Amino acid sequence: MSGLDATQQASRPGLLRRLAARLRARASAGAGLGFAPRLTLLLLLGPVAAGLIGTALPAFGYLPALGGEGFTLAPWRAFLEAPGVSRAIVISFTTGVLASAVSLAIVVLFCAAWHGTRVFSALQRLLSPLLSLPHATVAFGLAFLIAPSGWLMRLVSPWATGLERPPDLIVVNDPAGLALVAGLVVKEVPFLLLMTLAALGQAEAAERRTVARSLGYGPMTAWLKGVLPVVYPQVRLPVFAVLAFSMSVVDVALILGPSTPPTLAVQLVKWFHDPDLARRFVASAGAVVQLGLVVAAIALWWLVERAVARLGRLWIVSGRRGRGDLWLRLLAAGTVVLSFGSALFGLLGMAVWSLAGFWRYPDALPGSWTLANWARHADEIATPAVNTLTIGLAAAAVAAVLAVACLEHEAQSGRRAGARALWLLYLPLLIPQIAFLFGAQVLLVTLRLDGWWLAVAWSHLVFVLPYVFLSLSDPYRSWDDRYARSARCLGASWWRMFWRVKLPMLLRPILIAAAVGFAVSAGLYLPTLFAGAGRTPTLLTEAISLSAGGDRRIIGIYAILQLVTPFIAFALALITPAFVYRHRRGMQVTR
Amino acid sequence: MKRLFAFAAAALVVATGANAHASDWSDTLAEAEGQTVYWNAWGGDDRINAYIDWTAERVEERHGVEVVHVKLGDTAEAVSRVLAEKQAGREEGGSVDLIWINGENFAAMKRQNLLHGPWVEDLPNFAYVDVDGKPTTTVDFTVPTDGLEAPWGMAQMVFMYETANVQDPPGSMHDLLAWAKANPGRFTYPQPPDFLGTTFLKQALIELTPDGSVLQKPVEEADFEAASAPLWPYLDELHPVMWRSGRVFPQNGPGQRRLLADNEIDFAVSFHPAEASGAIADGELPPTIRTFVLDGGTIGNTHFVAIPYNASSKAGAKVLANFLMSPEAQARKQDPEHWGDFTVLDVAELPPEAKQRFAAIDYGVATLTPEELGQPLLEPHPSWMERIELEWARRYAAGQ
Amino acid sequence: MTGGAEVSNGAGGAPVLGLREVTVRLGSRVLIDRLSLDLAPGETATVMGPSGCGKSSLLAYICGSLDPAFSAQGAVYVEGREITRLSPEDRRVGILFQDDLLFPHMSVAENLAFAIPPGLSRSERRALIAAALADAGLEGLGERDTATLSGGQRARAALMRTLLARPAVLLLDEPFSKLDVDLRTRFREFVFDHARQEGLPVLMVTHDPTDARHADGRIIEIGAVKQTPE
Repeated sequence: MSGLDATQQASRPGLLRRLAARLRARASAGAGLGFAPRLTLLLLLGPVAAGLIGTALPAFGYLPALGGEGFTLAPWRAFLEAPGVSRAIVISFTTGVLASAVSLAIVVLFCAAWHGTRVFSALQRLLSPLLSLPHATVAFGLAFLIAPSGWLMRLVSPWATGLERPPDLIVVNDPAGLALVAGLVVKEVPFLLLMTLAALGQAEAAERRTVARSLGYGPMTAWLKGVLPVVYPQVRLPVFAVLAFSMSVVDVALILGPSTPPTLAVQLVKWFHDPDLARRFVASAGAVVQLGLVVAAIALWWLVERAVARLGRLWIVSGRRGRGDLWLRLLAAGTVVLSFGSALFGLLGMAVWSLAGFWRYPDALPGSWTLANWARHADEIATPAVNTLTIGLAAAAVAAVLAVACLEHEAQSGRRAGARALWLLYLPLLIPQIAFLFGAQVLLVTLRLDGWWLAVAWSHLVFVLPYVFLSLSDPYRSWDDRYARSARCLGASWWRMFWRVKLPMLLRPILIAAAVGFAVSAGLYLPTLFAGAGRTPTLLTEAISLSAGGDRRIIGIYAILQLVTPFIAFALALITPAFVYRHRRGMQVTR
Repeated sequence: MKRLFAFAAAALVVATGANAHASDWSDTLAEAEGQTVYWNAWGGDDRINAYIDWTAERVEERHGVEVVHVKLGDTAEAVSRVLAEKQAGREEGGSVDLIWINGENFAAMKRQNLLHGPWVEDLPNFAYVDVDGKPTTTVDFTVPTDGLEAPWGMAQMVFMYETANVQDPPGSMHDLLAWAKANPGRFTYPQPPDFLGTTFLKQALIELTPDGSVLQKPVEEADFEAASAPLWPYLDELHPVMWRSGRVFPQNGPGQRRLLADNEIDFAVSFHPAEASGAIADGELPPTIRTFVLDGGTIGNTHFVAIPYNASSKAGAKVLANFLMSPEAQARKQDPEHWGDFTVLDVAELPPEAKQRFAAIDYGVATLTPEELGQPLLEPHPSWMERIELEWARRYAAGQ
Repeated sequence: MTGGAEVSNGAGGAPVLGLREVTVRLGSRVLIDRLSLDLAPGETATVMGPSGCGKSSLLAYICGSLDPAFSAQGAVYVEGREITRLSPEDRRVGILFQDDLLFPHMSVAENLAFAIPPGLSRSERRALIAAALADAGLEGLGERDTATLSGGQRARAALMRTLLARPAVLLLDEPFSKLDVDLRTRFREFVFDHARQEGLPVLMVTHDPTDARHADGRIIEIGAVKQTPE
């Protein structure tokens, strides 16, 4: 009898019954979610892969639709001969790398200096609103803040500066791209800070630091030596995503970046929309260069990371306690306050503009206030607002469903997605958008799907899904599975357990993940532009089309709307569960 | 049912002695009802957007045609979209129904057979267009329109200036350079290939080039080097004394207007003679702004609307284009309160009540009269524009 | 069912729970080696062993929720029927954990209602809930938020919830270890009294000898025995 296992015993009733039993067992085990990860990757990487191919082929002259039947290097020659191209490449590289390095440095120093203090939790509270803002909105605010005729100068002129006219200084759109770097840093610091916080939660940071401090290390040194080496590997992918984004961003570069020449990505978008079709081949070649540029930057970053790690190890074992670091701590707090402050102050400036009558330098505030701007533009706002809402909701909802399906499959199979799966998930964030959106657009046009609402929503899904998944995975994985076992042993089927127990208990994190997805969608520029064929304007694309000129009062209105829409999403995500479970203390957030 | 009604209406028109066009037109009206027209038009100016919305509402309420304004950053985007559709084999059901267009974009689309037509002379309101007095309504940047685009408005380049800082506006390009040298950092122009920036370059070229007549021919038939030779030293001299030392440029007209409003500069190029008045009325520009033209005249042109060959709603687009040419729409367009763009119609020949609409317009404090504006200079052939833009980018936008 | 005959033994009536050669592995490590066991109605057995010896995974295997990281073989019978490949909800095996695991988003009564099998009228369900509340000394607390109950009240509610699902077998996974000494004794009696009343066989895992003593049944030591061959 020994050695006869359960399967063999069960095999006696015959093949059919065995099969039926197995099917029943599988269905009850989890409603067959095995398709979920594959479907998700297909939806995520399908457009990316197709888009990359669709971009790479024209770079070598092949695009039969445009008369490119054979392979040629002509697009590359044309690309290299285009005026300003080498400078554009250099600018893209330097601004992207600089923005990422500065953002990371600020976040690391700030965490090292202040993690676990009251200062930290105070600034942490500002994170969510800052994260939910589209990059472009922050850029608008910053541009008005720092321009020579901007708000800061208006506040101190002429009484302090003596300047009746704004000084003729290059600040915004400077050829070196420093304003662009500033705009990116302001937006990336909150993102990296959030990612670091998530990693810190799993790193026993407080304990590690306490141990190091008890050995006589100063607070910052204790963190840098004891916590950072554990945390950094978990922030590496987000850092790479920041790097890729900063090097290839279009909307922020249009608002704050140089124009003589512009960054490579901006130049590429212009070429893609040039009436001269031959430019599309050139743009494709440029898009391949953009991709290579990002890959090279990531490789370079990785090498520098190695070197820093090696030096860091020497520093760690050197035993230096680093106790006089007060000035550094103040500097770290100062930069974060400056970065948060300029984002919020810039937004305030936009809010003031949306209510301004005539407002000229050097008046600190508008001469008159009016609601007429809002009244006048209410009509034209309706369509983009509806598009923003519906596309965002659809993408966020689908992403949430897919993320839940994948995580639930993971929970059942017990196989946790490994590092490689995480890379795949991050892929749409690591590949410059321009490198695959053009190819994807050719595909959409061929399938006659361009400009269709669904095409835009799908293109958004590609970027929304990674964020939703990342946001949901921690709470989903840490849910106490014994609740599921209890429910099942009480006679509940898998479906009943899932609907009545697991989903209700995870309502809050799921809604928050969806809100994150909505905010990401509301901030997407290039995907809307390429997949939307101009027919599905969103609040963001409307604002960008006004950005280069346009009345600041209207830009102010759009900026406020862009602030408000994701804010409403987050508010709903927080208020809904709080209201539904207002009588359930066990469902309230305990911090 | 609708068809039946259309036939009845057509019969009525014929019976009352209208010409054959009218019956075609009522067919068009009938076909247009219920269509949605995706009108691709530059969306960078909010007053123009408001005007477009107004026309959309009128056409919807009178003819049942829904109009969607697809706001473009650059008209070229719509051209490239139609091109992409052609290349993808989408011969009908295209995504663009009407394009606000002129100049090089029109030339490109005409050359590549991307336009529907000829259809413009079938529009009832075309009869009012001042084809003889305003030759640019049928010749667009030296290219004959051949009924492929309907004239929509007249534009003439003017300068807006801040009277608080500039007492005596310059009368020529050379005067402008002298002024800029005396007042460094207070002049700039939109960055080419923005059309206003390019227009500024063309204006300079017309004034500086030794023989202006070569500009009317395609650039391939002329000696570009020789013709443009005086332009570059002029710009080399101008840029260092410009706003931001010529290293940063506003990206378009409204961007430049914003600098004028912020008191960063004292001049702004404009293509609407009444722009300053309108912007003052809106509280966008201070009341001290006025308008002037150069002594030798400035470039003028006409802008149009055209229908792509694969448009989904051609009839609807025609109904809209016809409305845009109506005295009602043209008078409102000429009113600085709404836009301030001069009409393509021959006002003297209009019926009395239509004439009255134009007579009633208040041109505001900062608008020049047609006499002050003078006869506009002709645009060069569009091919010049491309060469100038390319050369400009090579010299001034390629980094150091 | 061919297995039916094999399960019967002579130990006082037909066994309700039967294990045959149950083996649990984690990777290549054998945690539980060919365990066979029969429990009659009202009979209790206690599995003892240090933490990590696999005693909780044995219970998980019996109720059908073993983590996929483990592998297990062997047959489980409930009331003479083999349940090894059935889904958890079809096994009629109830389990109590060391945490009460009352669903935090439901009221006390909703928690109880969740467990009642379908097919009863609304008034019948309501009566069952009222009786269970009374039985647990929770009269009038049905609408209360579970988070507002005391530890003892929560523990009793959890047992009532388990019993309302009409299980044939009761599994206890260290259910007393988180309660303080006083409460522990009373709740232990409460559990075993109810198990006896309902005629349920009880399989308990614990590392506490006092629990084992009070269970008043067979004691199966695992883990430690395997490591010391003497």
